[in-house]
Amino acid sequence: MEHKASVLENLADVRAMIKRHKRNDTLFATLGLICLMLGLMTLMLLFWQLIADGHPKFNLDFLTEFPSRRAGRAGLLSAWVGSLLVMSVTFLTAVPIGVAAGLYLEEYAPKNWFTDLIEINVSNLAGVPSIIYGLLALGLFVYMLDFGQSILTAGLTLGLLILPIVIVSTREAIRAIPVSIREAAYGVGATKWQVVYDHVFKYSYGGILTGIIIGMARALGETAPIITIGALTFIAFLPPSPITTEPPFLNFEWLSSGFTVMPIQMFNWLSRPDHAFHVNAAATGALIIVVTLLMNGAAIWLRYKIRKNIKW
Amino acid sequence: MKTRLFRNTLMAGLIVQAFSFTHSATAADKIIKIDGSSTVYPITEAVAEEFQRAKGVKVTVGESGTGGGFKKFCRGETDISDASRPISQKEIDACKEGGVQFIELPIAYDALTVVVNGKNDWVKQITVAELKKIWEPGSKVKSWKEVNATYPDKAINLYGPGTASGTFDYFTEAINGKAKASRTDYTPSEDDNVLVQGVAGNAGGMAYFGLAYYLENTDKLKAVPVVAKEGGKPVLPSEATVMDGTYQPLSRPLFIYVNATSAAFRPEVKAFVNYYLENAPELVKEVKYVPLPKADYTAVKEHFKAMKPGTGFNGTSEVGIKITDLLSRIK
Repeated sequence: MEHKASVLENLADVRAMIKRHKRNDTLFATLGLICLMLGLMTLMLLFWQLIADGHPKFNLDFLTEFPSRRAGRAGLLSAWVGSLLVMSVTFLTAVPIGVAAGLYLEEYAPKNWFTDLIEINVSNLAGVPSIIYGLLALGLFVYMLDFGQSILTAGLTLGLLILPIVIVSTREAIRAIPVSIREAAYGVGATKWQVVYDHVFKYSYGGILTGIIIGMARALGETAPIITIGALTFIAFLPPSPITTEPPFLNFEWLSSGFTVMPIQMFNWLSRPDHAFHVNAAATGALIIVVTLLMNGAAIWLRYKIRKNIKW
Repeated sequence: MKTRLFRNTLMAGLIVQAFSFTHSATAADKIIKIDGSSTVYPITEAVAEEFQRAKGVKVTVGESGTGGGFKKFCRGETDISDASRPISQKEIDACKEGGVQFIELPIAYDALTVVVNGKNDWVKQITVAELKKIWEPGSKVKSWKEVNATYPDKAINLYGPGTASGTFDYFTEAINGKAKASRTDYTPSEDDNVLVQGVAGNAGGMAYFGLAYYLENTDKLKAVPVVAKEGGKPVLPSEATVMDGTYQPLSRPLFIYVNATSAAFRPEVKAFVNYYLENAPELVKEVKYVPLPKADYTAVKEHFKAMKPGTGFNGTSEVGIKITDLLSRIK
């Protein structure tokens, strides 16, 4: 009798406890949602502000005009072409080197103190402020190697900057491949290279791609290192075209050309006294965010698409 | 491997370029390179834009700041350097070391403008002595009442350019008597629009910056007429008062420094500088700076034609100097 009473008494306690825990659950979920919204809403608000301020310049002329002292006539042409060319140098250097380094560290490197040291350094490099890369590039590329204040220098600088991101994401992607896949391949007599290329690399391709695109998106918005190496602000002509009509159809003169990029153009317009230039700056900001979102979106979509095709 | 390939291609390109320089060949090699002060930038940009449109010669303009511009200029990397202050002794030495001779050309005036919030109705004028009281090193002025006993006891909030700026150098020299000597407990920013926002949002705010930033924000800010000498007339900064020399001591000349070798041996650089001086009166006004008086432009043109290298400043800055006096110092 007494025993039963205590159960009944306990029942109320237990119910209260369950209720309390449920309340905590909801509380945390709400808190988490608020935190998420705080970040997201700030971004949305910022983006909205840029669109509201910059929308008069959302037209084709803005992309096909050179900079000018008159805000109404000023466009982004040299800036977006500059960004595109710099990005292609970055892509061509950071991707092969980064992916190869990631593959090596994950698949080939012996496990010893030296490899550990490299690993620690690579992770640390991912957190180094970008201005440091700018200073390194100023000494190394601009003066020691005499590349000058060129597209080549800027591309290599940003390449260095995103190299750790590419390496780390390559390794993460490779680590997600089950060991059984490798063992099966070795089991049927594949060589190491066959295992790495036909299986490990192919299956982790989606993840690697994601890392590359996120790295490129970061490089697109970088200003500090590019200013340090001496990007121009007013440049009303385009670098020589990389593709020519005469054999060999390729031309590398553009690599040594001066340049400007979108974030620098935006920075310059924002510091002008004339408010009309601030409209241009907002439009450029909106464009950079859209391109970055598109790149990140493409990364997610590609990863999903490639993962779906892999069946093991 | 890839890098080496690029480097070789680039080297080949550079050799070709160097080669064609001596033959002054194709249009691609004729790029006129300019860098320097962000204050002078809008003027040079305007001239570059028009010159490129008119003559088809390519011009690039950077804005590394006066100091950053001289670094490149004295290494021979640029043809022209924009400067919001005269070249310093250190920079003169650097140019000598780099084998760069330069021609110093004043091209416009900028009026440093003292501004207060648009709602400030007590400040009608300010004397240089009062400005000094506020801005001198170690100044403890916290309230408008301390500036002048007739002003209300309202907190004074100071905004100003960062210490790397030429504006800062000139203002401190003109007001406190020594370049870079200033109280340090004010809100600094390299971006003048931040200073505008600061004063616009603060009833007791005060700042100084170039005239153009005031002219674009007359709805939020009030320019304060400056009294140069005790008992003198208060003068508002404007095109007229700067040109006739009555807005003192905060009118400052802006300069371009031209590489003498480029000017002598590259016709397009010479043409550009002539075009600059020819069109300055119009273009300077358009970007909201103050042009020199007509006679002064003629004098500067003559000075450039004579290709006299050197500076009239001896590596220090001076307040209130006349352009013609300056030019006549260089023999």
